[in-house]
Amino acid sequence: MTDITNSPSALDVKRQMRRQMLADFWFYFSENRGAVIGLWVFIALVTLAVFAPVFAPHGATQQYRDALLVPPVWQDGGQWKFLLGTDAVGRDMLSRLIYGARFSLFIGVVVVGIAATTGVSVGLIAGYYRGAVDTVIMRIMDIILAFPSLLLALVMVAILGPGLLNAMIAIAIVLQPHFVRLTRASVLNERGKDYVTSARVAGASPFYLMTRTILPNCLGPVTVQATLSFSNAILDAAALGFLGMGAQPPTPEWGTMLAEAREFILRAWWVVTFPGLAILITVLAVNLVGDGLRDALDPKMKRS
Amino acid sequence: MLGFILKRIALLIPTLLGITIVSFGFVRVLPGDPVLLMAGERGIKPERYQKLMEQFGYDRPIWEQYFDYLNQLLHGNLGNSLVTKQPVITEFFTLFPATVELSICALIIAVSIGIPAGIIAASKRGSFWDQSLMGTALVGYSMPIFWWGLLLIIVFSGWLQWTPVSGRISLLYFFPDVTGFMLIDSLLSGQKGAFTSALSHLVLPSIVLATIPLAVIARQTRSAMLEVLGEDYVRTARAKGLSPARVVGVHALRNAMIPVITVIGLSVGTLLAGAILTETIFSWPGIGKWMVDSISRRDYPVVQSGLLMIAIVVMVVNLLVDMTYGLINPRIRHD
Repeated sequence: MTDITNSPSALDVKRQMRRQMLADFWFYFSENRGAVIGLWVFIALVTLAVFAPVFAPHGATQQYRDALLVPPVWQDGGQWKFLLGTDAVGRDMLSRLIYGARFSLFIGVVVVGIAATTGVSVGLIAGYYRGAVDTVIMRIMDIILAFPSLLLALVMVAILGPGLLNAMIAIAIVLQPHFVRLTRASVLNERGKDYVTSARVAGASPFYLMTRTILPNCLGPVTVQATLSFSNAILDAAALGFLGMGAQPPTPEWGTMLAEAREFILRAWWVVTFPGLAILITVLAVNLVGDGLRDALDPKMKRS
Repeated sequence: MLGFILKRIALLIPTLLGITIVSFGFVRVLPGDPVLLMAGERGIKPERYQKLMEQFGYDRPIWEQYFDYLNQLLHGNLGNSLVTKQPVITEFFTLFPATVELSICALIIAVSIGIPAGIIAASKRGSFWDQSLMGTALVGYSMPIFWWGLLLIIVFSGWLQWTPVSGRISLLYFFPDVTGFMLIDSLLSGQKGAFTSALSHLVLPSIVLATIPLAVIARQTRSAMLEVLGEDYVRTARAKGLSPARVVGVHALRNAMIPVITVIGLSVGTLLAGAILTETIFSWPGIGKWMVDSISRRDYPVVQSGLLMIAIVVMVVNLLVDMTYGLINPRIRHD
């Protein structure tokens, strides 16, 4: 069997098929203008985050004691040195926002990484083995889903102690049931199909069947869920930061920045406006990409 | 139908038990001693420590404590707040109407704008209207609502001075608590200006809380309508020469409503989660703010039982949604 699949011509066919699939995917994805814009914004944000020290004019926690609450440059009293103004302790808003991109993107990647890997594995097991294992797993997921997600995350962080790491763990736990349900549903759909049966008859082990035969065919919806969770993770982490339970000051996390800025809300609009705008733009970009992915990966949408 | 309802209720029992395990386990999984934790950094005298240990029953085996906890729950005893010394259940039912009032207003806004927006977008697919409505919906869906609330405060309370910044009603008005809903109570009191005051306090928080459900409902309505508009019976209705308004409003809409109702039901969880943020921003005296305050005060009995009560509320609402679902679509009952 290995001889056949690895012969040069078969490998070529495989590679060609993969290239064709990618081209198809890009064709449908790029049809969606919003998705392409979202992707570009997202790439720009990643670049900003990675090269934050290059782009940021000042340090994230560097304080200018003689420049407290300086307004943005286009307003009276603004300074060219601080394009988006400074906060209550004289830190440059723009620099803090740029450094903040690191936290939000990092949170998204880590949370989705944890939630997706555990969720998909648990969902595979539940869907493949069915029976008692399935029942127990799904009941546990029902319990997690019975709580409003932000509330559960908030209480979990209260138990574990406030901080970015604990906030990420809590958010991963509340997002994970969605991956479990989704994976389980697609596994249930796939496991009875002929290609799975033929692989089983050929002697594939349950592990091989789960990870190599069934899983690749369930990845479409999981990818879409991953982008959705990515934006949810960023929003929830910012909300926790805003409630004082996420990243702690002076970390330039956007939600935490908003929490610090709250008391200046009627005096200095810029310290409140910009961090939230940054969250909105990031989440919007990710959701645009998510919509595009859904259209491109969902075969039902293609006929139109 | 009765069998369907009973089956749904029976299915909830394991989840309900699970929820009690979570809320029970909550204080126990705290690393270290629960009594020391509740005492906080101030410390505690040994005699008082011993007394509290016995009072809470922490010196007994864990399963015994759990059954004791369940027993207490069944008798409606959810413990007392460490801060106010009031029974948690009393506090919950005092504050709950405020959250319900806010959530209902938010839901009314979300449904009354979201569904028409979705219908318009779907019936004019690909048009300028479709694109701008759905673009706006995506922005709403991506909105960090705690920031959105602050922005509205800056504009409407700060610059324009149209609405108050926080609370449920101006301190000038006093009237008895009849329904717990400020809008109704203020009308019943007959005091001049009371209703307007209550309404002006309610507007901004409702808009903020409505934002995400509105976006979700609009998107869901659009995609459900698009799906239904492609069906044969819609084509038949069109071919019969019915007016477009009748085809969309009668033939398509009824069938598109099923997924939309599900989404509306699911948004109750979103509303309660959103209430945590919205109530904190607007100092709205509901259960969301109560939970946040209790967490920061380490008032663990409140956090524990509040979590339980909120989960039960979400479960009951989901059950009601399931039942409505069964009423609208009889096929589901025989699943």
